[in-house]
Amino acid sequence: MKLLSYFRGEAFQRGVHPPANKLTARQKIRRLPFPPKVVVPLSQHIGKAPHPIVKVGQEVVRGEPIARTDDWLSVPHHAPVTGVVEFIGLRPGARGPWVESIVIRAHPGATQQDLWGQPRDMASLSGADILQAVWDTGMVGLGGAAFPTHAKQTLPKQAHVQTLVVNGCECEPYLTCDHRVMIEQADDLVTGIRYAMRATGAVRAIVGIEDNKRDARDAVRAAIEKAGKVPEGEIHAELVPTKYPQGSEKMLIMALFGVEIPAGGLPVSLGMVVNNVGTLAALGRLLPAGRGLTERVVTVTGPGVARPGDYIVPLGTPLSFILDHAGAPNADARQIILGGPMMGQAAASLDVPITKGISGVLVMRADQVADGLARRTFPCIKCAECVESCPMGLNPSQLGMLAAKREYDLMGSRYHLGECFECGCCSYVCPSNIPLVQQFRVAKQILREKAMAAK
Amino acid sequence: MSIEIRSAPHIKGPKSVEQIMRHVVWSLLPICAFYVYQYGLSAMASLVVVTGSCLLAERWFVKTGTQSGDISDYSAVITGLLLALSLPPGFPLWMGAVAGLVAIALGKALFGGIGFNVFNPALVGRAFAQAAFPQAIATYTPSFLPGRFHEMIPSSMALPLMQPADVAAWLKLKQLDALAGATPLAKWKFEGVLAGAEELITSLSGHMAVGPSPALILVCGAYLALRRYMDWRIPAAILGSAALTAWLLFAFDGTRYPNPFFMLFSGGLILGAVYMATDMATSPVTPRGMWVYGALIGILTVVIRYYSGLPEGVMYAILLGNAATPLIEKITQPTPFGKGASSLLGRQKKGASYPLHPGYISREDAGAVTPKKRFLPNKPKKQDREP
Repeated sequence: MKLLSYFRGEAFQRGVHPPANKLTARQKIRRLPFPPKVVVPLSQHIGKAPHPIVKVGQEVVRGEPIARTDDWLSVPHHAPVTGVVEFIGLRPGARGPWVESIVIRAHPGATQQDLWGQPRDMASLSGADILQAVWDTGMVGLGGAAFPTHAKQTLPKQAHVQTLVVNGCECEPYLTCDHRVMIEQADDLVTGIRYAMRATGAVRAIVGIEDNKRDARDAVRAAIEKAGKVPEGEIHAELVPTKYPQGSEKMLIMALFGVEIPAGGLPVSLGMVVNNVGTLAALGRLLPAGRGLTERVVTVTGPGVARPGDYIVPLGTPLSFILDHAGAPNADARQIILGGPMMGQAAASLDVPITKGISGVLVMRADQVADGLARRTFPCIKCAECVESCPMGLNPSQLGMLAAKREYDLMGSRYHLGECFECGCCSYVCPSNIPLVQQFRVAKQILREKAMAAK
Repeated sequence: MSIEIRSAPHIKGPKSVEQIMRHVVWSLLPICAFYVYQYGLSAMASLVVVTGSCLLAERWFVKTGTQSGDISDYSAVITGLLLALSLPPGFPLWMGAVAGLVAIALGKALFGGIGFNVFNPALVGRAFAQAAFPQAIATYTPSFLPGRFHEMIPSSMALPLMQPADVAAWLKLKQLDALAGATPLAKWKFEGVLAGAEELITSLSGHMAVGPSPALILVCGAYLALRRYMDWRIPAAILGSAALTAWLLFAFDGTRYPNPFFMLFSGGLILGAVYMATDMATSPVTPRGMWVYGALIGILTVVIRYYSGLPEGVMYAILLGNAATPLIEKITQPTPFGKGASSLLGRQKKGASYPLHPGYISREDAGAVTPKKRFLPNKPKKQDREP
């Protein structure tokens, strides 16, 4: 299939082409009303949770910091609504276990304007100042991984970064929030790119956009031209082939530059930093205004939703509130996925709030879930579909057979289990319907625990 | 409202095991139809009896819990059809039924059913038949006999455990040379008669005792490969390596060895390469391994055909390839992303959109360290040293 990839002009081999189902690509971003109550989990990102700085009963203004942290791999939180802190304690989390959260009851009469922020003079800030400002916004990667942005833009001492890669691929089916952000907030995006270039010292920024989103590329190019020649360096917008998982940073760098990031290495080793378009567009808006991150664009979509669309949602809005507004008839909705269908996570309950890393809410109908259940699981017939589709060049068939025998150490040592980033391609193509990714997740967790125990 | 919690990915691709197997069966049907047209009633009876025997055996083993899977996954149908196609059309039906039973029992159920078998079940059945009924399996009848749709080849209806009727005498009765019943390969091996290429490909002219039509098999295989129900690498590697080996030998001594074209299109090489060696469970999953596996089978086929007592070598070559599959897989694991030589060198692929480094950057920016100038001390040369 290398030959096919070559003719299609695809830079990285393998991968899959799931049906795109971008139902909401042509609709404008709309704003969702403010919910009567928001739940802000303290741990919304990779790294330690910040600690709350408000008390129960205290009045907060929209945009006011409600949790702060001194830990480098952590970010502060800001009040998403103007209201009263009602409760600080355990609330249902997306993964199932209850998590420490701050519950704020919104004032019904408040205008819900962000009055907290103090405009900044961005021109006078140095790179280090910008990084501190990014930290203060509480920004994490809005693409889904929720890695603190300031930590990502901070470079190791010896590193030299020349290139800022902006990830506008959005290869997950159904999701369109990045697509709409690139079209509607292209100017913010370019502003955010300039700040990120100053923070990292990059002299070149390249926005990689999948070629099923040509309108987004045109919009970003128009915004780049409007900005004219910027002192930070050159900015480009480039199309890359549409293929899942093109949005993985390794695959995107492969598509743009034709180099593989060495295994275990980061893009920094090639002089690159990768940020998501949604993150940079939000930074472009928040940094000059001096505000914190209080809302994000979420794609509410799927066959179980009557009015799919991209909505600006205050962080902490419970899923039930969103689904009521998007029109998800209760009887039909059976599975609610936070994120995209390939890597997203099934929500454990409808009380789960929207957090910073959730890019989509996908609602599946009962009949579709039943279709999945009706499929039988066969033993591996060694059809090699998974080997042909694994973007990391692993052998999921062999890994799956080893996982069934619980040979986790062998999986890690000989079959490169650590390279797997759980994109789901192997499970997607498997004709035997084997839950390969699930097995790998378990195996990786066990290997991690073993490594911890050995320390 | 109750919601389901499931692990990602939440969508599934369209392919399923049943679908793959169904497509293989569909692609086999034109081949079977032409095979029946060539050999008449006996071929029809052989296909039905062998496939039926395979299905019954599969059903029984599934029911008793010896193996996984189900007859609804069509894999036993494939085994039966391929086994019948690889046997002579006039093969006694009771022997065919036994071969079908052995194929499923020893080739598949013994290992645990679909996906677990080490050897291609159809070939296990055929190898059993070859060992148990050497006389019957070597008795071919010519194709396109007159009246083939009205009477059966007499050997077909042999009673169980009885000597089949003499086909040579029956052929003589039809005013055909007894030798017409030999396959092209046997003819070449034992008589030194070489069949023409066009006869082999179409198998339409004359009464040559070729098996199922190679041209048709190639067409049906191409359909499967295009729909990606079969990997094109394995047939390509087998046919390529067999042709290359045969061509080398032919170039070495053109009188002793037949031309590579004869090698490719005679006997069961095409059927074996397209349908039997590509059996998913018994062939390697690694792309590089598929090439190695195919090349091994191709070379072994030619070697067995030329240098052994048997006229045909495809079956044993594929079985040997099956046996080598785990080993081949072990040494041909794919190179993970970012672990290959090119990634370690940091080399850029051709056709990349952007250079790795923007415009001009100074050496220091690129992370290069200027080595300190080091003058080599003036070491005294060897001959200058004091002895």
